[in-house]
Amino acid sequence: MANFFSDNKDLQFHLNHPLMRKIVELKERGFADKELYDYAPQDFDDAMDSYRRVLEIAGEVCGDVIAPNAEGVDHEGPRVVNDHVEYASGTVRNMKAVVDAGLSGMTLPRKYDGLNFPLICFVMANEMVARADASFENIWGLQDCAETLNEFASEEQKEKFLKWVSAGATCAMDLTEPDAGSDLGAVMLKATWSEERQTWLLNGVKRFITNGDGEVSLVLARTEEGTTDARGLSMLVYDKRDGGVKVRRIENKLGIKGSPTCELVFTNAPAQLVGDRKMGLIKYVMSLMNAARLGIGAQSVGLCEAAFREALKYAREREQFGKPIIRFAAVSEMLSNMKAKLQGARALLYETARFVEVYKQYMHISHERSLEAEERQEMKFYNRLADGFTPLVKLFSSEYANQLAYDAIQIHGGSGFMKDYPCERLYRDARIMNIYEGTSQLQVVAAINAVTKGTFMEQIGRYAAEEYSEAMQPIVEKLKALTVKFSEMVARVEAGDKECAGFKDFHARRLVETAGHIIISYLLARQAGESEEYVASARIFSKLAEGRVTEAYTYVMSSSTEDVELFHAVGSEE
Amino acid sequence: MKIVVLAKQVPDTRNVGKDAMTPEGTVNRAALPAIFNPEDLNALEAALRLKDAVEGSTVHILTMGPQRAADIIRDAMFRGADGGYLLSGREFAGSDTLATSYALSCALRKIAPDVIFAGRQAIDGDTAQVGPQVAEKLGLPQVTYAEEVVEVKESSLVVKRRLEHGVETVECPLPAVITVNASAAECRPRNAKRVMKYKYALAKSEIAAAAGTPAAERAASTPYLQIVEWAAADVDPDPAQLGLQGSPTKVKKIENVVFAAKEAKRLTASDEDINSLMVELIASHTLG
Repeated sequence: MANFFSDNKDLQFHLNHPLMRKIVELKERGFADKELYDYAPQDFDDAMDSYRRVLEIAGEVCGDVIAPNAEGVDHEGPRVVNDHVEYASGTVRNMKAVVDAGLSGMTLPRKYDGLNFPLICFVMANEMVARADASFENIWGLQDCAETLNEFASEEQKEKFLKWVSAGATCAMDLTEPDAGSDLGAVMLKATWSEERQTWLLNGVKRFITNGDGEVSLVLARTEEGTTDARGLSMLVYDKRDGGVKVRRIENKLGIKGSPTCELVFTNAPAQLVGDRKMGLIKYVMSLMNAARLGIGAQSVGLCEAAFREALKYAREREQFGKPIIRFAAVSEMLSNMKAKLQGARALLYETARFVEVYKQYMHISHERSLEAEERQEMKFYNRLADGFTPLVKLFSSEYANQLAYDAIQIHGGSGFMKDYPCERLYRDARIMNIYEGTSQLQVVAAINAVTKGTFMEQIGRYAAEEYSEAMQPIVEKLKALTVKFSEMVARVEAGDKECAGFKDFHARRLVETAGHIIISYLLARQAGESEEYVASARIFSKLAEGRVTEAYTYVMSSSTEDVELFHAVGSEE
Repeated sequence: MKIVVLAKQVPDTRNVGKDAMTPEGTVNRAALPAIFNPEDLNALEAALRLKDAVEGSTVHILTMGPQRAADIIRDAMFRGADGGYLLSGREFAGSDTLATSYALSCALRKIAPDVIFAGRQAIDGDTAQVGPQVAEKLGLPQVTYAEEVVEVKESSLVVKRRLEHGVETVECPLPAVITVNASAAECRPRNAKRVMKYKYALAKSEIAAAAGTPAAERAASTPYLQIVEWAAADVDPDPAQLGLQGSPTKVKKIENVVFAAKEAKRLTASDEDINSLMVELIASHTLG
């Protein structure tokens, strides 16, 4: 009888953010759907009430069905039977529960049978599912692929595929190949047009495909014969019922074992082109990846939540030297830091989701009518923030998921190393989060522009200009001082990079993380003004931030351009 | 097929805290959350599966209780029921199982369903009498302890029963009353779209109580948002058989049982207390 929404005040807090009014109004376009659909909201309050109720259903399914199945799913895992995937029995039960609960097509428009919920709600549901079982989040969360179809596919394709997703079809994004991982421009899977069959035919191999046997697959393939780079790639959609794709094997992984990671063989598999040729990687996959990164952000925060709760529970129960171990300073400090990181990562996640949401809604509206000058400007504004914040949230939350999972085992002591407690599964599940959908190193590459082009600095300036509670004044002062350090670092690195190309790359992670530490601190300080709940975490996180920023500052300011060569040398060793 | 599920809103006696009983020794209903009786949810699932199997079927809830019992009708609508009947009024107050089954049977005569499902028993009274009594009063065959409807025939159902020492499969002509066991399939979750569609469904007295609000106006003008509410007069009963008057069961004495054993430890049902017990039992190697 657990409910992962009702028991989580932090989630409920984020649902009630003031920007929700704008988001709901953009999403509902003046609540016109109420005349057409019996489940459409009448007004803002009605919409919010529906979100809450549906998230409670999601929370109940997570607490009562998915979480209790997690251990069995981890042990059993999926199998390949007759060239197709058979999920673990617990995964099948999870799938039935989420489909019965109508949690499919959450963000899709009602005309495709979706719930037309804001992205925020989907991110929240994702987070709860991941807290219950990270491997199931991979499968369920992939319904996000439908958003990319909604954005770029033809009306006919949307009619077919989006309605199917709303009815519970699962998705996959078939991007990676044996020789094209981080470098997707090297994708070789071939798409050829068949005059005879009047369809594109796919031939080749894909590897590491999450839920590769899903009903709807978005496939990155080479439509332009003779090309070798990103400009020859297009995106196609494949319907599993058409056949032509075999699952050759499922990877045996360290974690998220319930999620089938497939090697796929395409043999004349028919598929439809989505959008324009040659725009596959440049436009559509970028959109897909940004959504997926936010998804991994949600998965990571869900895992942080699970790890923190497991650690807290154990620290209260376990007694040593005549008292619960939580009463020892070393343990309570770890738990306090875990909580601050959890709440900080979540604050960043929903701030980012709001930016993405406003931008995406304007973009959808721009397909229906031309935007007013003011709206266009706002769209650009939020687009820029979304582009900077998305890799930031992926970077921070996935690293925190690993840190919290590590600390959760540490708090369990020897017992945590045994297979008897869920923390060992969390530790294994977390390990992929800072690797897939772009490693942490690649998130830095994606976010560094927001440092050098000033996006982060401008946003930090906006946070600094907001009003904070009395109790937060010392923290805001500290953050202002750290921001000065940040700008000194940026100036130092940019000057160094002019002297020696590669200096910026070398320090990129330190710069991006510095921005992130300051931003998260501000977000928690702002929340502390609205609710007492966050005062401790705001104070604790700003201490962590101060330490990390100071360390980065010292490293950067005492670094010379010679360091670039120093750290390159390892590559030329025999 | 016209299907009715008999359901009851009960105090949640599964999570009893220290204020669960009044000083007089009766159930403190105010302190316990009101929930959908668990086995009635199993009955609802059985009904919904039958509806899924037989095209054109409808499922309605019939419940007797105060105005707030409409909550379980809404809950059932969120899970797949088409609507419900709330039997409510002062005349029904103080009913024992006999008076309850009498009142329900009067309502059922009016509804005339093909199949009546009910949970085996309610967790507040634990009598398991109401379902069978309804069948007797209506002169219908009954299948108790049902676990699954295994086959739907032209004018009968094949039902698997879970008994103490095994399983029995019986065929029962329709109409019939079927009481469902906790071992039957769990009820499906509330469905997002149905919740959004039916969340403003109201019974007549609720519409009256909320008069003037947009929610009440909407319910009043939208047929699918109206939960049928019947008072005693609507179901043509013999007044002598209703409520306290129609209830031969008399509570003679209530005793608050206090465990007198020495070295007994008193634990509440809270997670904390259960945890501390587990920790103690593991430490003493009783467990683990």
